[in-house]
Amino acid sequence: MEFFKFKKSIPFMKHALWFNVISFLTFLLAIFFLWKNGLHLSIEFTGGAVMEVKYAQAVEPDKIRTTLDGAGITGAEVIKFGSAQDILVRLPLPTAANQTQNNAMETLKGRVMTALNAADKSAELKRMEFVGSAVGKELAYDGSLALLAVCIGIMIYLAIRFEWRFAVATIIANLHDVIIILGFFAFFQWEFSLPVLAAVLAILGYSVNESVVVFDRARENFRKMRKATTPEVFDAAITGTISRTIITHGTTQMMVIAMLVLGGPTLHYFALALTIGICFGIYSSVLVACPIANYLGVSREDFVKPAKKEGEPEVISAQP
Amino acid sequence: MNKYPAWKYVLIVGALIVAFLYTVPNLFGESPAVQVSGLRTNKVDAGLQTRVAETLKTANLANEGVELQGETLRVKFKDADTQFKGRDAIQAALGEGYVAALFNLSNSPAWLTKMNALPMYLGLDLRGGVHFLMQVDMKAAIDKAVDRYLGESRALLRDKKIFYSGISRDGNNVVLRFKERAEADKARKELNAQFADLVLRDANQGEEVVITLTMKPETVFKLQEAALQQNITALRKRVNELGVSEPIVQQQGLDRILIQLAGVTDPTRAKDVIGRTATLEFRMVAEEHAAGGRSFEQFRNEPAPFNTEKMIGSSGEVVLVRKTVILTGDKVTDAQPGFDTEAGNKPLVNIRLDGAGGRAMTLATRENVGKNMAVILIEKGKPEVLSWPTIQSELGAQFRITGIPSSLEAKNLALLMRAGALAAPMEIIEERTIGPSLGAENIEKGKNSLLFGFALITIFMVIYYSLFGVVSVVSLAANLLFLIALLSMLQATLTLPGIAAIALTLGMAIDANVLINERIREELRNGMSPQMAIQAGYERALDTIIDSNITTLIAGLALLIWGSGPVRGFAVVHCLGILTSIFSAVMVSRGIVNLIYGGKKKVTMLSIGNVKWAKAAKA
Repeated sequence: MEFFKFKKSIPFMKHALWFNVISFLTFLLAIFFLWKNGLHLSIEFTGGAVMEVKYAQAVEPDKIRTTLDGAGITGAEVIKFGSAQDILVRLPLPTAANQTQNNAMETLKGRVMTALNAADKSAELKRMEFVGSAVGKELAYDGSLALLAVCIGIMIYLAIRFEWRFAVATIIANLHDVIIILGFFAFFQWEFSLPVLAAVLAILGYSVNESVVVFDRARENFRKMRKATTPEVFDAAITGTISRTIITHGTTQMMVIAMLVLGGPTLHYFALALTIGICFGIYSSVLVACPIANYLGVSREDFVKPAKKEGEPEVISAQP
Repeated sequence: MNKYPAWKYVLIVGALIVAFLYTVPNLFGESPAVQVSGLRTNKVDAGLQTRVAETLKTANLANEGVELQGETLRVKFKDADTQFKGRDAIQAALGEGYVAALFNLSNSPAWLTKMNALPMYLGLDLRGGVHFLMQVDMKAAIDKAVDRYLGESRALLRDKKIFYSGISRDGNNVVLRFKERAEADKARKELNAQFADLVLRDANQGEEVVITLTMKPETVFKLQEAALQQNITALRKRVNELGVSEPIVQQQGLDRILIQLAGVTDPTRAKDVIGRTATLEFRMVAEEHAAGGRSFEQFRNEPAPFNTEKMIGSSGEVVLVRKTVILTGDKVTDAQPGFDTEAGNKPLVNIRLDGAGGRAMTLATRENVGKNMAVILIEKGKPEVLSWPTIQSELGAQFRITGIPSSLEAKNLALLMRAGALAAPMEIIEERTIGPSLGAENIEKGKNSLLFGFALITIFMVIYYSLFGVVSVVSLAANLLFLIALLSMLQATLTLPGIAAIALTLGMAIDANVLINERIREELRNGMSPQMAIQAGYERALDTIIDSNITTLIAGLALLIWGSGPVRGFAVVHCLGILTSIFSAVMVSRGIVNLIYGGKKKVTMLSIGNVKWAKAAKA
C-alpha cells in the first residue's frame, strides 16, 4: 500500500506567498480572538472552585443555574460535563472579608450542595477542586516560563544542528501553531487548563521535528542538486518528505483520536489541543518554515561547506 | 549481513524479561486490606498480631492472615464489606492507641514483591481521595521570633542589671536605647554572648546610643525551615488519626506543604482534623485531693471536686488538675529532648518560653516549689496529661522537665509540646476531592483510549507496511512494556495526564518506525538490494529519530522543571517514554528484522508494502 506517489516535485514554493498570506490571516485572526475573547482559563490559573455533581437522571444546566440563582449564589457557571447526568459548577473565588479564602469557599460549597440537594435529592458531589488566587498567578508565570524555555532550547538545538536562519524559521512556524491553537481556544471559549498547556508544549516539541526533517532533506538536496535554485531544492525536499510527514502525524493522531473519543471530559480538551496542533503542525512546519528560511536567505553556500569535509560526491540519485 | 551479535539479543531479551517482571504486578490487581499502626509509643509486635487475629476470629470475619510488616500489621480481606467490618472490629478491640486504616494490598505473589516489583503508584485522580496544598505564613513565624528576641533581650538586660532607656520593635528588628555608652557596651557584650544568631549594630542618636538587633539571613532561613518542618510534623501526627494508609505530607517549595490522602472521601472531616488547633496548657495538679503520694485513683469513677478537673495521664492514670491555667502552648517557643549531663545522662526535655510566658511561669512556680505541675495537650476538646513533673525550683523562661524514663519518651514529649501549637499559621490554598468511583472511571477511560489507539495504529501499520508493520507494532508493544516497567520501578505517581502521556508517547514513538520503514522503501526504490536497504534505512533514519526525540525531550524537560501537579505527571511519563522509545524503535525492531531477514543470502523482496510506483498505480 502506498498513499503518496509523486513523480515530480510539487512547486510548493511557487505558491509560498499564498500559504504565507493564509497563515498570516489565520494568525491575525487568532490574535484577534485572543485579544477580544481572551482565554477561558481554568480555575487552576484564575483561582476559584469547580464542583462536579452527578445526578441519577439527565439534568438541564439551565435549571440548575436557576436553582442556584434562587439560592442567591451568583457568578456560578454551570455546564454539562461528559454525560447528561454530570454537570460542572464553576464558582469564582469568593471575596473573603475576615476569613481565609478556603473557609469562604467551604461555606459557598455547602450552600451550593444544599440548594442542589433541595431541588433534586440524587445530586452527589463527585469532585471538588479549590485553587487559591496566589497559586493561579504562579502557574500562569511558570507556564510562560516553560514556553519560553522550550523555544530557546529548541532554537539553540537547531542553531547548532543547522544554522540560525533555520532555527528562526522553525520557531516562527511553530509559534504560529501555538498561537493558532490558543486562537481556537479563545474563539470557542474552550477551557484552557494545565493539561492543555502540557499538550501545547508537547506538540511544539513534536512538530519542530517536521521542520528538522525537511531541512535535513534540503541540506541533502543542496548537495545533490547542484544546478537547482533554492526554491527548487525546497520543493524537492518537501515532496520527498511529505509522505512520512503525513503518515507519522496520522499515526500520532490515531492515538489522539482515541483519547478524544474515549478519554472522557478530562482528556477532551487535551486531545483537542493536540489535534489542532498536529493538523497545523503538518502545514506550518513545512509550508511556513521553508518560505521563511528562503526569505531569510539560506543558500547553497550555507550547506556545501560542511559537505566538503565528508567527501562530497555521495550522489546516489536525485529525488524521483 | 544484518546480523546482530549474540550479546545484543541477550541485552534485548534480558531487558524484555526484566520489563515483563516489573510490569506484571500491575496486572494482579489489589485486594482490600486493613493496616494497623501504633500511635506515639505504642508498638506493633507479635503480641498485637495474635490479638488482632483473635479479634477477627471471634468476630467471625474471614481474612487471609495477619502479617507483621515492619512497624505495621496488615490484614487482607476477601471483599470491601468484610474489610470495613474488620477495620471497625480491630479499632474497637485495640482502642485509641492504634489506628486501623483501610488500604489496598497488591495481589502479586510475594516473590515479586520481595524483588521490589510493585504496581505503579496511582495518583489521587485515579484512586480517589483528597488533596490539600497548605501555605505556611512565614511572616507570622518571623513575627513570633522577633517577639521572642524582644522578650529575651529585655529579660537579659534586667537580669544583668544593665540600665536601658527604651526597648522596642521596629519591623523585624529589636531596638535598644541606652543613655550611657558604658551601659550600651556592657549590653553589647552580653547580647553577643547570648544571641549568636543575631547581628548587632550600634549608632548614636542624639544623646542616646542605639543598638539594633537584626536576624542574620541564615537565621531567618533556618527559622523558616524549622517552622515548616514543625508544621509538617504536626500535620503528620494529625493525619495519622484519620486512619489513612500511606498519607502523603511533604514539603513543596519553601513555604508550602502538600497533603494527599488516598481513599478519604469526606474533605470536611479531613479539614477539621488538619486545621484543628491543638492547645497545650500548663496547670497545677490539685494535690490536696491526692490519696498519699501521687495517686488519684479514687476519683476514677467519682466526679471531680470543686474547682478541679479530672484528666487522664499518658499511661492511663487519673490526674486531678486545677481549673486555673498558668499558661498556654502559644507561649512555648521551643521544646527539645536532651540529656541531663549532671545526673547520669538521664533524658530530659528543654523548654523555652517567650517573655510573657516566662514571667507567668515565675509567678506561678515561686510559691509552689515541691508541688506538681501538669502539662496538658487538648485535642478535639479532649485533654490528655502528657506529664506532671514536680517543680524543683522557681522557673523562668527556660526550664526543663527531668526524670523521663526513656529518651524515646523525651523525644515524644518534646514533639507533642512543639506540635501542640503550629510554628506558623497555615492556610489551604488548593483543595481537590476526587470520588473513588471517578478514579475508577478515569483508569477505565485512560486504559480504553490507550488500547483503542494502539489497535488503530496496529491495523494501519500492518496494512501499510505488511511484515515491517508487524515488526513496528511489536516494538511499540515492547516500548509500552518498558515504559510501564520503568514507571513501576521508579514508583512514579501515575495520573490521568500520565496515562494520556503514555498514549501520546506511543503515538509519537511509532514515528520512528515510520521513518525507518519509509527510508527502507526509498532505498529500495533507488535500486538498493533488500539487505542493503535495511542497513541503509536504519542507519539513515537514526539521525532524524534522534533529532525528533531531542526536540520533544526539550519540551518534556521544560514541563518537568516548570510544570506542577498534573503537568508534572504528564512530563515524567513523556520524558521516560521518549527514552524507552528510542531503545525499542531502534534496537528491538532492528533485532526482529535481523532475525527474519538477517544472514539469508537470497532475499529478493522485503515485505514492507508496495515500493514500485507502477504497481501502486494499479492497486
